[in-house]
Amino acid sequence: MSRRKTERLLNLVVCLLATRRYLTAEQIRRAVPGYPDGDEAFKRMFERDKEELRELGVPLEVGSDASGGGGEEIGYRIPPQAYELPEIHLSPDEAAVLGLAARVWQRASMADAASGALLKLRAAGVETDVPTAVGVEPRVDTGDPAFAPLWEAVRDGRPVTFEYQGVGRTHGARRHLEPWGVVSRRGRWYVVGHDRDRGEPRVFRLSRISGPVRPDGPAGSVVVPDGADVRAIAFGQDDPSAEPRPATVRLRSGAAQGPRRWARDVRPVGDGWDEGVLTFRDLDRFAPYLARFAADVVVLDPPDLRDAVIGHLKSVLASNETAGAGSAGAGSGGAGEGR
Amino acid sequence: MSMETAEPARDAARDARRPGATSTGRLARLLALVPYVVNRDAVALDEAAAAFGVTEKQLIDDLNMLWCVELRAPDPYCPIDLSYEGGEITVTEAESIARPLRLKADEAAALLVALRMLAGLPELHDRDALSRLIAKLEAAAGAAAQAAGKVAVEVVETRGDTLARLRAAVGGRRRVHLTYYVPTRDENTERDVDPMRLLVVEGTTYLEGWCRRAEAVRLFRLDRITDLAVLDVPADVPDEAEPIDVDAGLFRPSPQDEAVTLELTPRGRWVADSYPCESVTELGEGRLRVVLRTPDTRWVRALALRLGDQGRVVAPAALAGAVRDDAARALARYDIA
Repeated sequence: MSRRKTERLLNLVVCLLATRRYLTAEQIRRAVPGYPDGDEAFKRMFERDKEELRELGVPLEVGSDASGGGGEEIGYRIPPQAYELPEIHLSPDEAAVLGLAARVWQRASMADAASGALLKLRAAGVETDVPTAVGVEPRVDTGDPAFAPLWEAVRDGRPVTFEYQGVGRTHGARRHLEPWGVVSRRGRWYVVGHDRDRGEPRVFRLSRISGPVRPDGPAGSVVVPDGADVRAIAFGQDDPSAEPRPATVRLRSGAAQGPRRWARDVRPVGDGWDEGVLTFRDLDRFAPYLARFAADVVVLDPPDLRDAVIGHLKSVLASNETAGAGSAGAGSGGAGEGR
Repeated sequence: MSMETAEPARDAARDARRPGATSTGRLARLLALVPYVVNRDAVALDEAAAAFGVTEKQLIDDLNMLWCVELRAPDPYCPIDLSYEGGEITVTEAESIARPLRLKADEAAALLVALRMLAGLPELHDRDALSRLIAKLEAAAGAAAQAAGKVAVEVVETRGDTLARLRAAVGGRRRVHLTYYVPTRDENTERDVDPMRLLVVEGTTYLEGWCRRAEAVRLFRLDRITDLAVLDVPADVPDEAEPIDVDAGLFRPSPQDEAVTLELTPRGRWVADSYPCESVTELGEGRLRVVLRTPDTRWVRALALRLGDQGRVVAPAALAGAVRDDAARALARYDIA
């Protein structure tokens, strides 16, 4: 923003805050230095200025008062009670926590908003440079490109549309969502809302949105149902109803440190092996996890888990068979893309 | 030794620098400057410049601009009177902009979402201050605070008393001994660490400290600390120990790292979400080719074993061979080759 523009906008804010009655565009033009002489040029510039002030969060009131000099004509003013940050006083311990909160966001959109808030609170007399007592410093990353447009859509109650490709899908699909909220778990962001295509609440992971998130309806048209628990919708279905089951496994001595960390009743059984019990719920997740330890873990029981691990290991062999020259020594000729 | 206090100061300076950089940033700063001085009666130029993250020269330009505010109608009128003579700013008249502007929805959300996340941290010592602050901010923000309820960040709960004991060790500047699990090598390692601070990054809690084994600053995930002993030895963080700039990303591959190419089926696409990939290429029908860089390919072997038919190692070929050998040896344990 040029110095002249900043100067003009500053004058405009001061002018509209000082007035009690509504000022017409013409009155503003006369009062605030820096507007051009031509009517059209003034109109365009004034429109842009109003937009800038709204973006800055300045509450611009539009109306008319017959008693004022402007007659019935539409005018503008900034009501001080709507403009001013109410009095706020923080004790030193509150100010210390505030400092910690303001440093949480790692990326532009939210980090800038936090700095903007600090600037205003500092202006209100709050001391924000209170050193934080030794604690935990959290950082939150909003690196997904979809984060900023989705937050704005959620904030403004605006439906959106985007291209989405879930895991296991061969193609992306255009989705239409009335977003209710944005939530993060384990550093991953999700948006929850009413899926207009499916006609029910759905969760989308932000990293799987490709391309831009576009507005798909007017602001204020999204209605979040009473009692909708966005976090429960996002993470609730994560919890499989399957009962926990014990698995008896052999762990090679001195190896398989991962499973050992949560294994029960680990005891040596000779020949360089230990035996222990692990608990699992979801066979489809647990078998690949155990396969990861290769020849250091052997499943003894239950049979379905044992079969699942064997099946999984066979699929590893099959998948990597076509990868070309390996230690097997067979010619890599063909090098056909098997899959 | 003063990492805990040095770090916030540096961050605060960085945060304060940002507002002036954006397009409406300077106007926001100008509107905040007058109330900032009014609320403190008088402020030294250098102190105000530091608070707003600008140079004294820039600040003086701001003050001149405020002083020059002039309304021509109905009468020529200068609503702001201020002075910075002798290096001290005073504002004698500024009725209309003596209070700061209200918080925007974004600003209220940035603070409130962060504060509610802090409230989710176990072992938070200042829970009382936190609730008071949230209430005060909600009251001050008014309607702008409503949207903040639509964003939530969960913090991973750490089991047991590891976090509490480490906090005490950081606070009391005591050395700790860790038995630390390294999943890439499936190994438990033993090391003495001089703690610097505790961090939550990407939803995971870390201890940052000077690792005496690596003789470098390292981050340790709390959920991988198998065993912890707080030693009766004072922590000795060397002067050259710089806190890790976690904002630049935890994973920074080096050019010496080996490149590994994987091909993933549609069901294996999660790999691209879960690991930092140097490149991700769509191969059609939902299949992906990803390139990862790693100093230690052992974890890629483990990843390929987990993937099963969801993906395969394309390059280097020797790594694909190693994965096959791993699988074949594992199958031999079941008397299946």
